[in-house]
Amino acid sequence: MIVREHFDRDLRHLQDEILRMGSEVEENLVTAVDALRARDLKRSQRVIEADHWINQRQLTLNMEALTLIATQQPTAKDLRLIAAVMNIANELERIHDYAKGIGRISLMMNSDPIPPELMAEFPEMAAKTGSMLHRALDAFINRDDALARAIPAEDDIVDELFNKALKKMTEAFMHNLTSYEDINRLGWANHNLERSADRVGNICEWVGYMITGKFEEYM
Amino acid sequence: MTNTVHSNGHIAIQANNMHVYYGNFRAVKDITLQFPSHQISALIGPSGCGKSTVLRSFNRMNDLVATARVEGEVLYHNHNIYDASVDPVEVRRHIGMVFQKPNPFPKSIYENVAWGARVNGFKGNMDDLVESALRQAALWDEVKDKLDQSGYSLSGGQQQRLCIARTIAVKPEIILMDEPTSALDPVATLKIEELIQELKKSYTIIIVTHNMQQAARASDYTAFFNMDEDRAGYLEEYNETNELFTNPKNELTEQYITGRFG
Ligand SMILES: Nc1ncnc2c1ncn2[C@@H]1O[C@H](COP(=O)(O)OP(=O)(O)O)[C@@H](O)[C@H]1O
Ligand SMILES: [Mg+2]
Repeated sequence: MIVREHFDRDLRHLQDEILRMGSEVEENLVTAVDALRARDLKRSQRVIEADHWINQRQLTLNMEALTLIATQQPTAKDLRLIAAVMNIANELERIHDYAKGIGRISLMMNSDPIPPELMAEFPEMAAKTGSMLHRALDAFINRDDALARAIPAEDDIVDELFNKALKKMTEAFMHNLTSYEDINRLGWANHNLERSADRVGNICEWVGYMITGKFEEYM
Repeated sequence: MTNTVHSNGHIAIQANNMHVYYGNFRAVKDITLQFPSHQISALIGPSGCGKSTVLRSFNRMNDLVATARVEGEVLYHNHNIYDASVDPVEVRRHIGMVFQKPNPFPKSIYENVAWGARVNGFKGNMDDLVESALRQAALWDEVKDKLDQSGYSLSGGQQQRLCIARTIAVKPEIILMDEPTSALDPVATLKIEELIQELKKSYTIIIVTHNMQQAARASDYTAFFNMDEDRAGYLEEYNETNELFTNPKNELTEQYITGRFG
């Protein structure tokens, strides 16, 4: 006999929603950087507009999770799954804020010419973070504790790229290569990418908690 | 299997390799379990797994069932309560019991509380004792003006608190409760749960409940019992309640508390 069929269905729904939200966030982070580099203001605008949808998803997911807590008295694995869903949804929402921020920066820089080498690291940073996020959600769905634990270390690569880009920006500033405003904006984009990878690390910690019942800081 | 808990305090009572039989039927097998003092411990598990049987073994209530037989030991203050020299009536004075259905006597509220103490030869001020027991049972304010009325005139929840007052009046050290709220409505149930939280300051409490949320809400430690293929109950997992309900060690516990079997 299958007991708690409805509850199990609701739990699956929460997980599907996390995946949907996650792939949108992953895609938009990469798009935000592409659009910035290509000076494609339309695509930047689209990333900004998508943020509204992501905020809605986060809110709805949290409400659905709270309803399950109130009505189903979840315990053990079920409870930990719900806790993970709420926290992962919040992390995804923040990562998307970073993507939106890069979109905003793109619009603010308008059609200013920007030395491309100042953004040379951004695509790799976005791709790396996107890949970490993708696998973090694989670990979530497959209950793969080892994978969740392994991913955060890759943040070092993003940090390295961050430092590399920062150094170039400092030099560009010193040699008056481009305006202070634009360098400052690119500095924020760089920061957003670096923080996004950190937040993927947080997601991994919640996945680990969900699986093992112990919350550990991986970083 | 885990059967000891990490508690800084003392152990109030413990079972060591306890088996309980009804005739040839082994209802409970090999229970080793320690209950910390001044804590609330809950016994949960599917119906028929032997929770009541285990509970009754802790104050020799099983002696009243002709076919029942207990093997192993139950240590209370380092004495096995099943030693031949031990008087079961004396055991029950220290280890009281509250039952599923409130069972007041057909006497006044006052007499219901005074009775146990009187039987035990209490010589002090009976009015004070009755008041103090009723206060501890959070019933005093509701009955102080009608102490001479029948215990039956009270609501179900009040009757159960009267039975708790009756148990307290004998000044036990441990109070055993067998599904004390299963006959009560939700508000009366929450009142009893609140009361139990108060009582743990003065008593050690072991409570059987079929309501997992009650165990989760109201206890410090939870023991989960299950049945083997011969229908003998055994201890599957014992841990701090927080831990057992968020991160159980055993798959069967997980399935039971998440409502996937039982
Ligand atoms: N007085 C009795 N005589 C014979 N069998 C009993 C008696 N009391 C309980 N049992 C049996 O012992 C087992 C455990 O019962 P019980 O302790 O009441 O379980 P629980 O309280 O977990 O529902 C059951 O199989 C039940 O039928
Ligand atoms: Mg029972």
